[in-house]
Amino acid sequence: MYDDKELERIRTGKENWEKTTLGKALSRFPERKPVFTSISGMPVERLYTPLDTADLDYEKDLGYPGQYPFTRGVQPTMYRGRFWTMRQYAGFGNARESNARYRYLLEQGQTGLSVAFDLPTQAGYDSDHPLSMGEVGKVGVAIDSLDDMKILFDGIPLDKVTTSMTINAPATVLLAMYLAIAEEQGVSFDKVGGTVQNDILKEIICRGQYIFPPKPSMRLTVDLIDYCFKNVPRWNTISISGYHIREAGSTAAQEMAFTIANGIAYVKACVDRGLAVDSFAPRLSFFFNAFTNVLEEVAKFRAGRRVWARILKERFGASNPRSMMMRYHVQTGGVTLTAQQPLNNIVRVALQAYAAALGGCQSLHTNSFDEALCLPTQEAVTVALRTQQIVAEESGATDTIDPLAGSYFVEAMTDKIEAEIEEYIQKIDAMGGTLAAIEQGYIQKEIQDSAYRFQKEIESGERVYVGINKYTMEEPEPTNLLKVDMKVGEIEAAKLKKLRAERDQTRWKAALDKLREVSLSDENVMPAVIDAVKARATIGEICDVWRDVFGEYRPKEFV
Amino acid sequence: MTEDRKIKIIVAKPGLDGHDRGAKLLARIFAEAGMEVVYTGLRQTPEMIVETALQEDADVVGLSSLSGVHMYFFPRVVELLREKGLDDVLVVGGGIIPKEDIPELKKAGVAEIFGPGTPTAEIVAFIKNNVRTRD
Repeated sequence: MYDDKELERIRTGKENWEKTTLGKALSRFPERKPVFTSISGMPVERLYTPLDTADLDYEKDLGYPGQYPFTRGVQPTMYRGRFWTMRQYAGFGNARESNARYRYLLEQGQTGLSVAFDLPTQAGYDSDHPLSMGEVGKVGVAIDSLDDMKILFDGIPLDKVTTSMTINAPATVLLAMYLAIAEEQGVSFDKVGGTVQNDILKEIICRGQYIFPPKPSMRLTVDLIDYCFKNVPRWNTISISGYHIREAGSTAAQEMAFTIANGIAYVKACVDRGLAVDSFAPRLSFFFNAFTNVLEEVAKFRAGRRVWARILKERFGASNPRSMMMRYHVQTGGVTLTAQQPLNNIVRVALQAYAAALGGCQSLHTNSFDEALCLPTQEAVTVALRTQQIVAEESGATDTIDPLAGSYFVEAMTDKIEAEIEEYIQKIDAMGGTLAAIEQGYIQKEIQDSAYRFQKEIESGERVYVGINKYTMEEPEPTNLLKVDMKVGEIEAAKLKKLRAERDQTRWKAALDKLREVSLSDENVMPAVIDAVKARATIGEICDVWRDVFGEYRPKEFV
Repeated sequence: MTEDRKIKIIVAKPGLDGHDRGAKLLARIFAEAGMEVVYTGLRQTPEMIVETALQEDADVVGLSSLSGVHMYFFPRVVELLREKGLDDVLVVGGGIIPKEDIPELKKAGVAEIFGPGTPTAEIVAFIKNNVRTRD
């Protein structure tokens, strides 16, 4: 961005500064440590100048908001038009309790819903399955059948609210239930908007909520994408997630790199199915983490947008700009929260939300300060929502687009992260793609090594974590923690018993038989799944058909 | 504990919880501390964990849970170990576990609970100081 003469002048100026002013200062006051690194371990220099961004080509590398390569953001006006969607992930106990929390959040100014399901639902088991013991309603809401889903969305108009559902292996089943409810509310499918996570690869890599082997899992993923493209055009068919990769211990660059590598695998699977890239790619969305190191996060988001746009354009030949946009949800970093001095977490979340805003997210979940202790209480959830409202309304970060662009440091960091992402993608390509890299344990090992390195830094005191290895103090026992009633499991089991006795047995059996037949063929499973949930087949019964047809996934453990 | 036999520890993830960062990290730390480690992977029932402990002749069972099911799973593992006559196997746990649950877990026979932010050296030291002694 500078001509050679100008750069030469700066180089000389910097050298002079190093010899004189800086040199004198360093001889009297040495710096705090010999090497500075970001939380991801990326080296950070003392000072960045135009010399560090000399190779930047403004038009080509940065461009303009809403235009390729989208480094500066995916929308032309960004938050000057409207703020990101404020979407708090919530759900616990039974459908009735969660419905009350959703209505509360909507009354408080939240603009979209985000459903947390309990682990049995995510793993495709009914509430009365032996593996569900102790888990029902714990980390999210328990959904067994369409009847539960009806209660969950009672009084919530599906044409006015968009809903994000964190559901992966059984994503088709929950989407089918959601569509069945829309139909009952008289809302046509083209007016229904929302997201299913539907990202099985990161479940296998690090989140653990898989059911079926990778190949049939990918088939279900593509079935859903294909069905929505044709029938539910406003639905985000997948949320390709780096969030959990980061939570599992990866660095910022690894989070972006492995997520993009997974994204490539999904695009490829759809293209292999015969779908045109510009038909489905505009509905792909992403989900990332935000840690407390604001500038590194901003650089990560900017680099990610640029790399994804290039890949869609150059590798997959997309021509619709919407296909090239990396649109994403952000959740602040759960793993950054401390059980010690929990109120400090409010500050961490505020910085992370600020990073998400400066980085250009499309929707945001801010964590509650008590989440290292328990599921969030209503008070903590309210503070979390207010935190992002303060970032949006008071911080000024939303008044101009991509405000950190042109910072020598942020641009240099963006380039560095971009280079690291590309290096990883080349490596994974050379291994034969993400599935092969997972199979070899490569991605899992890279993440675990980073987690290990971080832990060692904390324990040696090399990296300071407030309240953990510095500024610690004696604290009273925390009070006012949310507890889920252990009885939820029994109540759900009783409900299931009643449902199984009262449903139309002929219709139920015919629907499951049809599902089996379709699953054995190449036909899209979605219509059969919709019929099955309407016939009151439970999530466990539907997944049992697939466990039988597809088999179950048993991962190799890489420790 | 004789010098030639390493402490053998089962690191287990009971239930459907998929958060295994802590479990995998500790598996590595325990191995570095000279222990012999068996990591079970995810989705273990109490029966499966106890079976592994029996098969492996384990000295220690370490349970990790972040999904709020510790009050069901941890006491059940201790109970089953006792049924199999493995009363001297040390059971420890960690994860997101409210402090108010700890007295009940200890009463049920869990030797110690390590919450988020515990230095790993502390966990290693506790195990070394409390593991059964063998002839």
